[in-house]
Amino acid sequence: MKMMHRLMALLTIIIMMAGFSSAYAADDGYASSYTYNYDYWGDIRESPDAYRVENVLYSSGLGLETAMKKPQSLYVRNNDIYVCDTGNNRIIQIRLTGSEYKLVRIIDTIQGADIATFNTPSDVFVDAEENIYIADTNNGRVVMVDKDLNFIKEFVKPTDSTYDQSLSFLPNKIVVDVSGRVFVLATNVNKGLVKFEADTTFTGYVGANKVSYNLAEYIWKMWFSTKEQRAQQESFVPTEYCNIYMDEDSFIYATNIVFSEYDLLYDVAQPIRRLNGIGNDILIKNDRYPPIGELYWQSEDDVHGPSKLVDITVLENDIYVAVDRTRGRIFGYDSQGIMLWAFGTSGNSEGAFNSAISIEHMGKDLIVLDQNEANITIFKPTEYGNLIYAASEDYLKGDYDGSAEKWEEVLKHNANYNLAFIGIGRSLMRQEKYKEAMDYFEMAHDRDNYGRAFRQYRKIWVEENIGWMIAVIAALLIIPLIIRMVKKTRMEVEVYERGQIAK
Amino acid sequence: MNEAKLQSNVSPRKEKWNRFWESVKYAFHVMFHPFDGFWDLIHEKRGSLAAATTFLVLFLLTRVLKLMYTNFQFISAPLQYINVFEQAASLLFPFLILCLANWSMTTLFDGKGRFSDIYMAMCYALVPYVLIQLPLVFVSNIIAFDEAAFYTVLMSFSIIWCLMLAFVGLMQVHDYGPGKTLIFLVVTVVGALIIIFLLLVFLSLLSDAFSYFVSLYREIAFRLY
Repeated sequence: MKMMHRLMALLTIIIMMAGFSSAYAADDGYASSYTYNYDYWGDIRESPDAYRVENVLYSSGLGLETAMKKPQSLYVRNNDIYVCDTGNNRIIQIRLTGSEYKLVRIIDTIQGADIATFNTPSDVFVDAEENIYIADTNNGRVVMVDKDLNFIKEFVKPTDSTYDQSLSFLPNKIVVDVSGRVFVLATNVNKGLVKFEADTTFTGYVGANKVSYNLAEYIWKMWFSTKEQRAQQESFVPTEYCNIYMDEDSFIYATNIVFSEYDLLYDVAQPIRRLNGIGNDILIKNDRYPPIGELYWQSEDDVHGPSKLVDITVLENDIYVAVDRTRGRIFGYDSQGIMLWAFGTSGNSEGAFNSAISIEHMGKDLIVLDQNEANITIFKPTEYGNLIYAASEDYLKGDYDGSAEKWEEVLKHNANYNLAFIGIGRSLMRQEKYKEAMDYFEMAHDRDNYGRAFRQYRKIWVEENIGWMIAVIAALLIIPLIIRMVKKTRMEVEVYERGQIAK
Repeated sequence: MNEAKLQSNVSPRKEKWNRFWESVKYAFHVMFHPFDGFWDLIHEKRGSLAAATTFLVLFLLTRVLKLMYTNFQFISAPLQYINVFEQAASLLFPFLILCLANWSMTTLFDGKGRFSDIYMAMCYALVPYVLIQLPLVFVSNIIAFDEAAFYTVLMSFSIIWCLMLAFVGLMQVHDYGPGKTLIFLVVTVVGALIIIFLLLVFLSLLSDAFSYFVSLYREIAFRLY
């Protein structure tokens, strides 16, 4: 009987535990592999969610009479989201008031221009005075209007001889810097971004992609192909960028989705670039792996191949976030090029994308546009995500100890977070706790910092132990000397004694 | 007379040990006087197979210790994936196959060395690797990453020394000139590839044959019961 009781009790406990664990797993509907990061070896480490879906905006929910059709781009200025509804030739302005997203207006006609409507507009930009720039692709112009939609000026096909006049001007993506210069990513133009001054004059190209070809291709083409064959083959031309974004310091971030997989692995392709004034890439890459999105390209269902980063946005804290069309994933990197997190998946549920096309941010919230689903997903950072931001912001400000405290908190959420180990290690090093700092750096495989801490540690160790070290070295030198002397004396004595006996 | 008396007093076991120890110590002579050293190693019987095998084992041990105990600043070894025996085997088998290939090729072209001579010479050529890299494992733990120049120079120096010794060793063992030795190094690599190919073919045939008999046995067992 007692036995039975015990068995029953055991059974109850097992059932309860099973119940708990299943309840825990089903708690939030997020797959455990939704958010992850890479460890030093490039292996995937699952992590707590850094972002979660706060809201999904659909055409019907916004009260649009005609549903959005193939929207191509987003822009955020203050609390307003501008959606470029390409298929319907219009721009939609949505405003966040309180915690609700409400439709403000639909922009489909402008006043005072020769052409009052748009033809497949594919990008929109809004400056600080709320003047709106629209890349009106098939009308061949970038049009600038004020906030009441009065025409101000337009940027059209350059008449300069450096622009191939046989090509039509098809502006695809635009960014505008603080002084009103417009940078246009135009279809069919492979010389870089087309640059216009604020007075609409064309002033050249910026940041052309490098031409890439390999030696074998070159030899084959130059020496083993006939003229006709050469004409048939594609020529070596630089590829166009996919999307551009201008950060607060007026540097242009550009993404690139045309490359060979081989180039990507050896960081030749450079899918994310930060272009300076003369068009050189100045993106910092201090991680073991370059920022290329996914590191493993195993095929799942119908997706395969590397990440295609179709859009990028840069947060106020220099953290940049790129969205991958291939797998519907979002990758966040800090200013040093170290991956903070990756999340997202392809699919039709909330937080999954069918064909992500554009990403923007409002404060720390991320806003992602899906072109086929024609919806807008709004992500809010979780406690974990906010901690990561807070820690790296404190570090940038120079508050190293405050940053370390936040990294400690991050480690409570995710014990596999290398940046946290490095952050804490740095703080410990400043407190001259070199041995502890070394342990943290070793966990993160950070050679440079480990070396720095180690040199200090070694210096202190040698200073403390120099006494007995000298003693040992001296002993090692003197003892053999004494032994030799003793032996020599003994030999002499023996020789002398033998001499005596012989006598 | 005194010496002869001492000799007779030594037990055979002790004598064996002395001979082994002498041949181990001879490695130092080989390292610094390779031309002389390798000639006498074979022709004056100054070396021993026991010593040679000791060096080979030490070499494998060094390799494994290096993977395990070098400071993470200098080596990027994913310890969670490393199998020590696999690592040792991945050095031992190529070594043996190369010795075998060299022997089979040089025998055909009037090389003087027997297989045991080649094996012995090659093992003696490994000594600098052990002598330099084993201390370096310790040194890696007392230097910082930006002092790595010293470490890497010694590291490559040990390997160059080994290669040089192997080259001279082969020259002396086979009584070849440097040109001929160089040619036979290339031929050896080709020979090694052929051996690996034959081994693969043989093993796959063997496994086919084995599975044939297994299925035959199963068929018969199935019919009988």
